[in-house]
Amino acid sequence: MGLENIIAEALPEVLTTRLDSLINWARKSSLWPATFGLACCAIEMMNATSSRNDLARFGAEVFRASPRQADVMIVSGRVSRKMAPVLRRIYDQMPEPKWVISMGACATSGGVFDNYAIVQGVDKIVPVDVYIPGCPPRPEMLVHAVMMLQEKVMKDSARDRRDVPEEEAREAVPPGTLPVTDGSSALKEALEQSRPYTIASRHERRRSS
Amino acid sequence: MASEPENNEPNPIPSSEAAAPSPLVAALQREHAEWVTDVIEAFGEITVVVPREHIVAACSFLKAAPDTRFDFLADICGADRGVEEEPRFEVNYHLFSTTKHHRLRLKVLLDEEDTHVATVTGVWRTANWHERETFDLFGVIFDGHPDLRRILLPEDWQGHALRKDFPLRGYEPYSLK
Repeated sequence: MGLENIIAEALPEVLTTRLDSLINWARKSSLWPATFGLACCAIEMMNATSSRNDLARFGAEVFRASPRQADVMIVSGRVSRKMAPVLRRIYDQMPEPKWVISMGACATSGGVFDNYAIVQGVDKIVPVDVYIPGCPPRPEMLVHAVMMLQEKVMKDSARDRRDVPEEEAREAVPPGTLPVTDGSSALKEALEQSRPYTIASRHERRRSS
Repeated sequence: MASEPENNEPNPIPSSEAAAPSPLVAALQREHAEWVTDVIEAFGEITVVVPREHIVAACSFLKAAPDTRFDFLADICGADRGVEEEPRFEVNYHLFSTTKHHRLRLKVLLDEEDTHVATVTGVWRTANWHERETFDLFGVIFDGHPDLRRILLPEDWQGHALRKDFPLRGYEPYSLK
């Protein structure tokens, strides 16, 4: 491409930089999304990788069907209560570093589905890094969200993004939904007795403290 | 005098008393008079209200009899007529015959205190999931059902979501923590 000539002339042979900057630069340049298409937003998500919008320009076009190979979970669509534990399990299966984009009004806040069946915002289940408004958002907005996430990745520190140690992960409770009750004393007892649903990932705990 | 021409015009929606009963209803009544407590004909559709204890026998007859041949159970659905209504719940069986191409709807009415009805999985196996759905959303218990579990709502759900007294947003906001 001729780029090598320019770089070779413009830059010295040895560069000094922070390790975090180098790692973050590498990470942000190949964000692999996990496919989590839940509703109509997923159609726009597919379109974002098409030739017209070409998410590949930002290194984020390789949608992986396995969470173990993914960095970003794009929650595109409304999350039902039945799907919520599944979503959390897939998030837990993603290795660090991992980020979440909440795509569209439904994933962000429940949208028009203000009812018993839909979780009112995916941030009740997983920590969200970027929210996208819209119903559905245009593919350009998803591309913009990926670019915003890249900016955020550049501010990260690799120390915050270590995986949860194995022995802690073993204690995690298998996902299940909390029972829907009328708020009686039995509920309070159940809440006191219940173990944490799942252990918070390292950067989640850092964020809350 | 003015009302006479109106009476002579054919009524598009005949009432059940005035018009001759449909051959399907007549077949049911001929077989067992107690099976038919009420007949509702509207919009070209026939609905027969069947007593709860006779629903399996009536379904078996309708499936097997040569002039009805309802070999296809199109749907079972529940309905909640309202908290103040008595009987409150109904279960509707939508039947179709793939050879005769006619349809019939059977309706069973249930009290709120006693939402039991016998299963028709022995007649049509497809009733299995339809009855699970009706149980899941309305709390109608199908006696003799081989596997009466929830099918749509999460397994640990409490309550039945399509009942009229179920709050639209559920009992509490969802949270995993």
